[in-house]
Amino acid sequence: MDITSPAFKSNVKRALADPQLQRAMGNVKRGFIKKRQAAFDKLPEFDALRDQARDIKNHTLAHLDLYYEIYEQKVRDAGGEVHWASTAEDARDIILQICQAHGARTVTKGKSMIAEEIALNDHLEQAGITPVETDLGEYIIQLRNEPPSHIIGPAIHLNRDQVEESFRAVHTDLPDDRPLGEVSELVDEARAILRQKYIDADVGITGANYLVAETGTSIIVTNEGNGDLTQTLPKVHIVCASLEKMVPTLEDVSTILRVLARSATGQEFSTYTTLSTGARRTEDVDGPEEYHVVVLDNGRSDMLGTEFQDMLRCIRCGACMNHCPVYHAVGGHAYGWVYPGPMGSVLTPTLIGIDQAGHLPNASSFCGRCEAVCPMRIPLPKMMRHWREREFERHLTPRTVRTSLALWAYFARRPALYHLTSSMFIRALKLFAFGRARLKSVPLAGGWTRHRDLPMPTGQTFQEMWRAGGDE
Amino acid sequence: MSKVQIDTKANRDRLFDKMRTTLGGAVDAATRDQAVRKRLERHGRNLVPERSNLDAAGQLELFRVQAEAVSATVVDVDSHADVPEAITDYLRQHNLPARIKHGADKVLTALPWDKTPALARDHGPAHGDDAVSLSHAFAAVAETGTLILASGPDNPTSLNFLPENHIVVLDASTLGGSYEDAWDSLRKTYGEGTLPRAVNMISGPSRTADVEQTIQLGAHGPRRLHVIVVKG
Repeated sequence: MDITSPAFKSNVKRALADPQLQRAMGNVKRGFIKKRQAAFDKLPEFDALRDQARDIKNHTLAHLDLYYEIYEQKVRDAGGEVHWASTAEDARDIILQICQAHGARTVTKGKSMIAEEIALNDHLEQAGITPVETDLGEYIIQLRNEPPSHIIGPAIHLNRDQVEESFRAVHTDLPDDRPLGEVSELVDEARAILRQKYIDADVGITGANYLVAETGTSIIVTNEGNGDLTQTLPKVHIVCASLEKMVPTLEDVSTILRVLARSATGQEFSTYTTLSTGARRTEDVDGPEEYHVVVLDNGRSDMLGTEFQDMLRCIRCGACMNHCPVYHAVGGHAYGWVYPGPMGSVLTPTLIGIDQAGHLPNASSFCGRCEAVCPMRIPLPKMMRHWREREFERHLTPRTVRTSLALWAYFARRPALYHLTSSMFIRALKLFAFGRARLKSVPLAGGWTRHRDLPMPTGQTFQEMWRAGGDE
Repeated sequence: MSKVQIDTKANRDRLFDKMRTTLGGAVDAATRDQAVRKRLERHGRNLVPERSNLDAAGQLELFRVQAEAVSATVVDVDSHADVPEAITDYLRQHNLPARIKHGADKVLTALPWDKTPALARDHGPAHGDDAVSLSHAFAAVAETGTLILASGPDNPTSLNFLPENHIVVLDASTLGGSYEDAWDSLRKTYGEGTLPRAVNMISGPSRTADVEQTIQLGAHGPRRLHVIVVKG
């Protein structure tokens, strides 16, 4: 997909002025936060499980090479293949080669953020293969030719009338006067259309929530059952995984599963958690004859041993964006690439470069809610600060910002001068207020006062008030 | 059909070199290796929530409450002999055709089907036109009302997803409190470090909330999930 992260500021302006988007984002604010809190309240061990989940991933990342050696051997023992992709291009080519070797004409796809990251659909289409998204949200945005706006709810930016409109525009062989205003009618129509596609597909492609070293297993976690139909019915199953998906044992994955659904949708457990190990066995009567796992690096191994390693603990639950006031205000598309919200603001600069994604780590009020709800306890605000530092070091910050910062630093390093100037400024502002309680506009600060009033200045600086009250 | 061979060894070697250099720096190789082997061999339990720490009757009750909370239906029968009639009861209640499909599972094939002569049975994996499937659960987990199904000719995986109605026979003796209990059972049956091709953990019927976060059952998988618990 096209990267529009450099245009973040104009993306934001458009998003704030989009009434359909703003209506849809209201559902996000109301829904996810309440549901997660309810799940949290029902499990007294939730926070202790988060600590353990963090420790499991830290241990795994510290021994990643060793776990992958064992995992790879286990997959082979079970009749599967592991393919190594250094870049998005490698991954696309490997998947295309597998599809072409089987003369594939259509492939069904379960939801995979890695497939989005490597822009797989475009690549397959260019080679004459039709990819069919089967997750309802992904199916909707594929019809609309849009990228996902949320990592677990790709169509979260849409309202039902927009979905109805898209279905009517594309499903033209169905009667025009059919009722389609209810969510159930939309779901049933998609179900009926996709049913035959599962059966006809030559290859099924899914993502992976986890890879398990102990057994050579890949795991998907879903609610709809589309991922399972996608990977069970065709002759070939391809798993798109990224480097950080590794977990040592089934016990370790249990701990992480306990925090995943609760953090994501507020469910205690998702409807379907499926463990896949290798290809169809001799005695089996269904299941794919070939099982391929594509492990994508795409810059992740560069994060090992750096201040960004903690980001590799991420399990893609979406809790950080569900709780982010910036995400609530602008939605996922404004971020301009595959991963939105706080996790995207940290990950995207690694994957596409800070020169392209420099605005994203700045799109935060540092309120800290993302870190507070992260099931893997990833210090997201701290890592956004690391990116801001790098951006500054590389002189990517705009000149106005750098000049203002330099000006502020000049005063900050000279306390006497700082006190003098600030007290003069405060008094001037009070004079300007003419006794009003709030200021509706201040010269040169229109960007600030357009959305809120400035409270009346007191005429004294904080330090002056502190000194005055110090004797009490 | 010959398997697709793609050479990604160069990528693999580069990645492993980088990981070894970055991660292996501070600790000697033998210590790292041992830490990994030990963890895999011991596969020790982490914190298991207290919720399912109950006696057998308590776990069965918890399973029922949790499964019903995610829109599954649960009935008890005293013995395997009662299962065929429990199936026909269910089909009648929901106006479903008296025809089911199941695999070669010994428990299922040995049920006294002569008690329900009007019930037609097909065998094998699911096709698009099967309305009702029947499976025998490998185990179940009380903690979240989750069924564990193992793939194979006995209970083909496609039966879990393609038909609109899925009926599962669960032996109460195979119900455990936690996921960890299920892993232990799998290891006992399939061996250490080995799993059947697919292990399906199923909690309720298929659902989606992709349109306006409104939960809708029967997205792509079964619209209904019915569990028949055999107590005997």
